[in-house]
Amino acid sequence: MLLNEFLFLAAFLFCVGVYGALARKNAVFVLMSIELILNAVNINLIAFGALTDNLAGQVFALFIIAVAAAEVGVGLAIVLLIYRNRHSVDLGQVDLMKG
Amino acid sequence: MTWFLRNAWIVPLIPTLAFPVILLLGKRMPRGGAEVGIPAVGASLILAILTAIAWIHRSPVGEGADKVRPFLERDLFTWFSTGGVSVRFGIHIDGLAVMMMFVVTFISLCVHVYSYAYMEGDRRFTHYYAALALFTGSMLVLVTGSTSLQLLLGWEGTSVCSFMLIGHWWEDLDNASAALKAFLTTRTGDIGLLVGLAMTFFIAGQSFNIEKINETALAGHTSHTLLLVAAFALFCGVVGKSAQFPLHTWLPDAMAGPTPVSCLIHAATMVVAGVYLVARFYGLFASAFSINLAGHAGVNLVAAIGGITIIIAAALAFVQSDIKKVLAYSTISQLGYMVMALGVGGWTAGIFHLFTHAFFKGLLFLGAGSVSHSGSHHSFDMKKDMGGLRRHMPITYVTFVIGSLALAGVFPLAGFWSKDEILLTAGKNGYQAFMIVGFVGALMTAGYMARCVWLTFHGEARGGAAHHQPHESPPAITGPLVALAFMSVVAGLLNAPGVELFKKWTANPVVIAAGAPEFKFNLGYAAVSTVIALSGLALGWLYYERHWLAALHGRTKTSRLALAGFNFLENKYYLDALYTDGIVYAVKSPIARAAYWFNQNVIDGIVNGAGIGARAAANWVYGVIDQELVDGAVNGTGAAAEGGGALLRLIQTGRVQQYAAFLFGLGVVVIGIGLLALTHSF
Repeated sequence: MLLNEFLFLAAFLFCVGVYGALARKNAVFVLMSIELILNAVNINLIAFGALTDNLAGQVFALFIIAVAAAEVGVGLAIVLLIYRNRHSVDLGQVDLMKG
Repeated sequence: MTWFLRNAWIVPLIPTLAFPVILLLGKRMPRGGAEVGIPAVGASLILAILTAIAWIHRSPVGEGADKVRPFLERDLFTWFSTGGVSVRFGIHIDGLAVMMMFVVTFISLCVHVYSYAYMEGDRRFTHYYAALALFTGSMLVLVTGSTSLQLLLGWEGTSVCSFMLIGHWWEDLDNASAALKAFLTTRTGDIGLLVGLAMTFFIAGQSFNIEKINETALAGHTSHTLLLVAAFALFCGVVGKSAQFPLHTWLPDAMAGPTPVSCLIHAATMVVAGVYLVARFYGLFASAFSINLAGHAGVNLVAAIGGITIIIAAALAFVQSDIKKVLAYSTISQLGYMVMALGVGGWTAGIFHLFTHAFFKGLLFLGAGSVSHSGSHHSFDMKKDMGGLRRHMPITYVTFVIGSLALAGVFPLAGFWSKDEILLTAGKNGYQAFMIVGFVGALMTAGYMARCVWLTFHGEARGGAAHHQPHESPPAITGPLVALAFMSVVAGLLNAPGVELFKKWTANPVVIAAGAPEFKFNLGYAAVSTVIALSGLALGWLYYERHWLAALHGRTKTSRLALAGFNFLENKYYLDALYTDGIVYAVKSPIARAAYWFNQNVIDGIVNGAGIGARAAANWVYGVIDQELVDGAVNGTGAAAEGGGALLRLIQTGRVQQYAAFLFGLGVVVIGIGLLALTHSF
C-alpha cells in the first residue's frame, strides 16, 4: 500500500499549515491554516485506518470534520467582532493582553 | 361515581396550577389574571360538588348506629423518603374532607367573583388573584391530605398566603406590621404543632398517616401521658391558627387586608383549619383529654379554651367602632364555639357550626365590604362614616340582616341549628358549665350584631355616608351576597330534626370509636336559645333605636367605673400590651441588661486578663519571630514573585501567534524527548 506517500502529503500539509498559522498576519488565513493542520491529521488517520483495516480511523476523521466546522464558525465570529471593533483583521495589532 | 372520589386530588391541583399561570402571565391578560382564577376555582367547585354527590351515594357499611360510609384513602406518589421512612402523598376522602372541600371552593368562588368588582383597578390586582389561587390550593391540600405532613404543608401554605394578603397594601406600615403580627403569632402556636406532629409520628410507629395515628391513640396501648403531651402540643397550633385565647390578638389586626380576604381567610376557611385539625385528630384528642369518658370532671383544656374565647371575644365586639373588627371578634367568639363543641364531645355539632358559620360570616364580611365600597366612601368606621344606609343599599341591607340573624341564632336560619346542637351536647354530655357559657355567648352575639346593624344601616347618615352618594354595589358584589344569604338560610336545615342528612353524611368511624355521643333535638333547649337570641336582639334594638335605658347612654363620660371597664375592653384586656411590653420587653430589657453586666464584668475581666498576658507574649513574638523570621520569609517570597513576574512578563506579549509558536516549540521538544525515550528504552 502507498502509506509513505500519504504520510508525506500529510506532513507537507501540516508544515504549510503550521507556517501559515504562525506567520500570517491575516486572521482569516490563520483560520484556514488551522484547517490545513486538521486535514493533515485526517489524512494520517484515514491512511493508517486503511492500512490496519480499521473503521475507527474514518470515524475519527468524520468527528474531526464536524469539530472543525464548529471551530470555524466560532473563529469567524470572533474575527468578525475584531473587525467591527478595529476595522482590521491584523493579528499583530491584537495585543491587548500584553503583560 | 367513585371516579370522583378516587380522583379528588384534582380539586386542589386546579387552583394550585392556576397560581403560577396568574403570577407569570396575569399581567399580560386583559383582565389581569381574574379570567384564570375565577374559572379555575369554579371548576374546583363543580368537582367538589360532584365528589360530594359521589360520597353521598357511597353505600354505607356496618350495622345500626355504626352504619357509616367507609372512607377512601389513596396513595398517589412518594413525596420523599429519608432515613428509611418514605413519606407518601395521598388523599383521604371522608365526610369531613368532602364538606370542607365544598365550603372552601364555594366561599372561594364567591370571593373571587366579588373581588373582581371590589379590587378593580388595584395596583397589585394580578398578585392578589395569584395569592387567592395559591391560598385555595393550600387550603384544599390541607383538608384532603392523608398524612399529617400534607396537613402541615397546607397549613403553612395558608399562613404564607394570609401574610401576603393581609399585607397586600404594604405601603402603609400598619398593614405590613399587621401581616407580620399575624404570621409571628400563628407561628408561636406552630412550634407546638411541629412538636405534636413529631410526637404523633413516633406514637403511631413511625407513620404520618392520620388514620393510623387515631387508631393507635384509640387502641389504648400507648401511655396516656404521652398522648396528653402530644395532644397539648397539637392544640397549641390550633390556638394560634384558630385565634383562640390567648393567641387571638392577631385576628382583629388581620382586618388590615382587603375585605374579601378577611371573608375567605379570616372568617370562613383558614381560621377554621385549627378546628378541622382537632376534628381530624379526634381519636387522639378524645382519648388524651378523656372528652367522652363518663365521670370526668366536666372540664378539659379544649372546652375551657373554647369557652373563655367565646366570652372575652364577644365582650370586645361591643366596643369596636370598626365594622370589620366587630366581625373579627365575632369570628373569634364563634371559633370558640366550635372548639368548645369539640371539647364537650359534640363532634358533629362542632363541624356543623363550622359549616354554617362559613356561610353567614362570609356573608357578613362581604356585606361590610359592600358597604365600604359603595356606601361609606371606603371607610369601615361605623360611628363616623355610616348610618342610614338601608335606603340606599337594599340588597346589601337585606342580606346583611339575614347574616346577622343567622349569626344570632334566630329560628330557622343556619346559626340556630348549629349553635343549638352545641348547647344541647354540652348540656347533655355533662358539661353544664359550658352550656351556660354558650347561652351567655349567644345573648352577647345577638346584642353586638343588633348594635352593628343599627349603627351601619339605621339612624342618621354620618360622615362618608352623608357627604358622598351612597348607592347599591354592582352585581359582581351583590351576586355573591345573595348566594351566601341563600346558603345562610338553608344550610342549617340539613341537620334539622327529621332531616339529619349532615349527621348521616359526615358520620365517621373514628368519632364513633372515640365515643362521641349524639343527642336528639330537644325542644326545651331550642326554646331557651331562641328566647335568648331574640331578647339579645330586642335589647340591642331598644337600646339604640328607642333609647331605652337612657341612663346608660354616655355613661363612660360620667362614671369612672364604666370608663375603666370601657378602657379595659378598648385596650383588649391589655393582652397586646402584655405581649409587647411584658414578654417582648422582658426578654429585651432585664435579660439584655443582665447580659450586658455579665459581659462588662465577667467576660471583660477574662478578656482583659487574657489580653495582658497575650500582649507580653506578643511583644516577644513580634521582636524575634515576626520581624526577623516571618518577615524575612514573606519579603523573600515577595521579591521572588516580583522577579519571576518580571521575567515571565517578557513572554506575555499578547500576540496569539507568538503563543502558538511557543506551543509548537514546546510540542516539538516534548515529542522529541518522548521519541528519544521510546527509542532508547526498546
